[in-house]
Amino acid sequence: MAKKEQDLQEVVEQAIAQQKVPHVKFKGINPRNIDIARLTKPSKETRQERWGKGLTALAIVLIGLLIVAIIGFVGMHGLATFFTDKVNIFQFLFSTDWNPGAGPKHVGAAAMIVTSFAVTLLAAMIATPFAIAVALFMTEYESGKRANLLQSVMELLVGIPSVVYGFLGLTVIVPAVRTIFGGTGFGILTATLILFVMVLPTITSLTVDAFKAVPKELRKSSAALGATRWQTIFHVVLRAARARIMTAIIFGMARAFGEALAVQMAIGNAVLMPYNLVSPAATLTSQLTSQMGNTVMGTLPNNALWSLALLLLIMSLVFNFLVHLIGKKS
Amino acid sequence: MRKNNVGKLLAILLFMPLFLVGCSQNRQKITIVGSSALQPLIEQAGNDYHLAHLDSNIVVQGGGSGTGLSQVQAGAVQVGTSDVFAETQKGIDEKKLTDFQVAIVGIVPIANKGVHVKNLSRQQLADIFTGKIKNWREVGGKDLPIIVINRSRGSGTRTTFEDLILKGKEAVNSQEQDSNGTVKKIVSTTPGTISYISFPYANDENIQKISINHVEPVNKNIPTNKWPLWSYEHMYTKGKPNEATAKFIKYVLSKKVQKDLVPKIGYLSIHDMKVTRDSQNKVTKIGD
Amino acid sequence: MNSKRNDRIATGVIYLLVGIVILLLVGIIGNILVSGVPHLSWHFLTSASSSFEAGGGIRDQLFNSLYLLLLTLIISMPIALGAAIYLAEYAADNWLTQLIRTTIEILSSLPSIVVGLFGYLLFVVQFGLGFSIIAGALALTFFNLPTLTSNIEEAIKGVPQTQREAGWALGLSNWKTIRGIVLPAALPGIITGVILSAGRVFGEAAALIYTAGQSGSTVDYSNWNMFSATSFLNIMRPAETLAVHIWKVNTEGIIPDVNVVSAGTSALLVIVVIIFNLGARALGNWLYKRLTAAKIK
Repeated sequence: MAKKEQDLQEVVEQAIAQQKVPHVKFKGINPRNIDIARLTKPSKETRQERWGKGLTALAIVLIGLLIVAIIGFVGMHGLATFFTDKVNIFQFLFSTDWNPGAGPKHVGAAAMIVTSFAVTLLAAMIATPFAIAVALFMTEYESGKRANLLQSVMELLVGIPSVVYGFLGLTVIVPAVRTIFGGTGFGILTATLILFVMVLPTITSLTVDAFKAVPKELRKSSAALGATRWQTIFHVVLRAARARIMTAIIFGMARAFGEALAVQMAIGNAVLMPYNLVSPAATLTSQLTSQMGNTVMGTLPNNALWSLALLLLIMSLVFNFLVHLIGKKS
Repeated sequence: MRKNNVGKLLAILLFMPLFLVGCSQNRQKITIVGSSALQPLIEQAGNDYHLAHLDSNIVVQGGGSGTGLSQVQAGAVQVGTSDVFAETQKGIDEKKLTDFQVAIVGIVPIANKGVHVKNLSRQQLADIFTGKIKNWREVGGKDLPIIVINRSRGSGTRTTFEDLILKGKEAVNSQEQDSNGTVKKIVSTTPGTISYISFPYANDENIQKISINHVEPVNKNIPTNKWPLWSYEHMYTKGKPNEATAKFIKYVLSKKVQKDLVPKIGYLSIHDMKVTRDSQNKVTKIGD
Repeated sequence: MNSKRNDRIATGVIYLLVGIVILLLVGIIGNILVSGVPHLSWHFLTSASSSFEAGGGIRDQLFNSLYLLLLTLIISMPIALGAAIYLAEYAADNWLTQLIRTTIEILSSLPSIVVGLFGYLLFVVQFGLGFSIIAGALALTFFNLPTLTSNIEEAIKGVPQTQREAGWALGLSNWKTIRGIVLPAALPGIITGVILSAGRVFGEAAALIYTAGQSGSTVDYSNWNMFSATSFLNIMRPAETLAVHIWKVNTEGIIPDVNVVSAGTSALLVIVVIIFNLGARALGNWLYKRLTAAKIK
């Protein structure tokens, strides 16, 4: 330490000796007075910096812990079906016989998995053209007040509770589907229509972002080449925004896949392989919500439900993975 | 500095729960969790009880019979309410629990008004729910396919219905609805549907209550088991209830609640019964 | 003139689709408001709900919703703010940051029912909190954190780099620059983000059914002692919110006026969300104007 201090002192003295700018009164600082301790210790600013960085990093760590905890807990309970109750995982994924109360031979979630995917894909398929149209309208056709108004009303849709959507579905869409297509009115079609409205704002707002990210120059050069507005949109804007639109759709699908209450009220909750769009069916989420309260913690029927929750969790991981894959490709 | 204060606040908030848990243990807090069918009755009884005993604090939650039984067994709540006997639930050790039967609730088959059927024999009802009878014409109604709406698997109402009507046969795989309210809404609007709900929910013009073997589904037919489709509402405690809980259960069983509140909600007082039924569904006359 | 014709067709189709969406929007919101608003009365808003008789109100549910929202924000704000500052200002562009971002995205796409069940397992059962406001607030924090974090991060990133450079040139530490310059400049954006996420929290039901519970206890509004079991401020009591109330009366409600109560409650929820949205915009604009005007002086 003493050596270090000496070195430092030398450096300072050398600096004073070599000083060439006269108006800086470096000489006023007597080498004897140099507070070596202050110079070698971190400054107040550095300490502040460490404190701030540490505090914010702590928040990040907390969020990480939350995720680990969620995956851990759901995983633990969800895997108990396979390890404690010895349910075959292939049977769980591919059998349609769902009656966990009757024993480990009757735990097949295939019907729910298929329905969940059907509902999600259909909802995304219907919502996408609408979302793209609205996004184009807001970015390419109109801007300013009208676009803003439309956007704020869209944001309102996000804030409407899913229970309210379910209630609307039960009172408006179910009877409508029944009158037009027959059956009971409960089923994939009804759930799809509700989910379509629910994911529309998500997909739209992300698609708007995608279009806004397309540089203005591209549009201008296209126009300069004599392209009509539609040609510009179709050949330039849509193409440039393709990856981000895909991302928007996948985010919408993730939301649809995990929606519980609204779907539960409208789909009919029959654990059957759906044979058409108006036959009652059940999704992973609808089965979870309606059954959780009726099962006893730690028994097979309860564990089987946790396996469904685990499946939901895994699916949201997959959706995220897809988004990243697309992001990397573009 | 604002940031630091926020940090402190966060720390306080994180520790507060622990502190509060410590506090609330000393209070006379009774948490009652379980059967959603029993919830309105206990909620109202709890409110009335609170007016007379201001130091009491009764918290009532739904969540389903399964939740109620597993929570009381785990010791997380003081009382677990259930529509079914603890003996019938796997994973529940009924020997650890004390059973208090506090009310009787009837269950009635209901159908859409358009089917024009008001009575079914017990056999016909069983055949409908097992999928043998598929059209209302076969039981004297309109030419309309039957749409069965079952209740959620494991729910108290379904267990009771299947034990008493289907007698162990497997019900046809069909739509399932969890709750009385939704079932009623669906049956009242969908042609050809049949389901079953608790008596208190059945007072509705828009649905058709169905008699079994020409016995009308009314409360006065239950005490003698003439209307066979009914179940007990249980309050379970782990071992012997503590003093505060015992006092409240006694209040629920008292004349005031049983004669006034219970019938008002549409249940039947436990004191009116002339028969008992055990968990094996064996019916014995009281006094025999 | 094929391309001209195509252009006209495409424009027509886009306007048609937009028209349908507008009709849908107006139809849905109009439906909720028209069927619900007539039932909103002072009595409905200020009386307790009823277990089995008609004429109950939603006083407790309304208070619980607001209280729960407040608690959720108190818990999630510091965490989200910290995380957002870290991501926007400190995080290096490496695999770790990527992992963190992915983690937050996963959290945001988790189904709310899974969050609710997790909250039930961890807070209600494991920690022994029981069905309580605090358990609900913690579950909602999970639900709220990702959206809030990314909203705040966007707001912070929106502050021009030159402002930071000005701070550094004055010899301020990075942290002081953030606190003294970046955060005030980002405040309007942050507040808008917070209010918008509050709208989502306000209407959430699935995450609350198994955490905050489906019914309230006897609540005394004159008891200001937070630690008293009957106080309305007690965070250990179970609480039913507006959204959960709609779900409950529709499924297990025994009251004869189910439709009135649920329509009225739905309308109230939508109105509150509208107020939030408009409020977020207005407050954001106002703050922005004030802050920027103050600088010119």
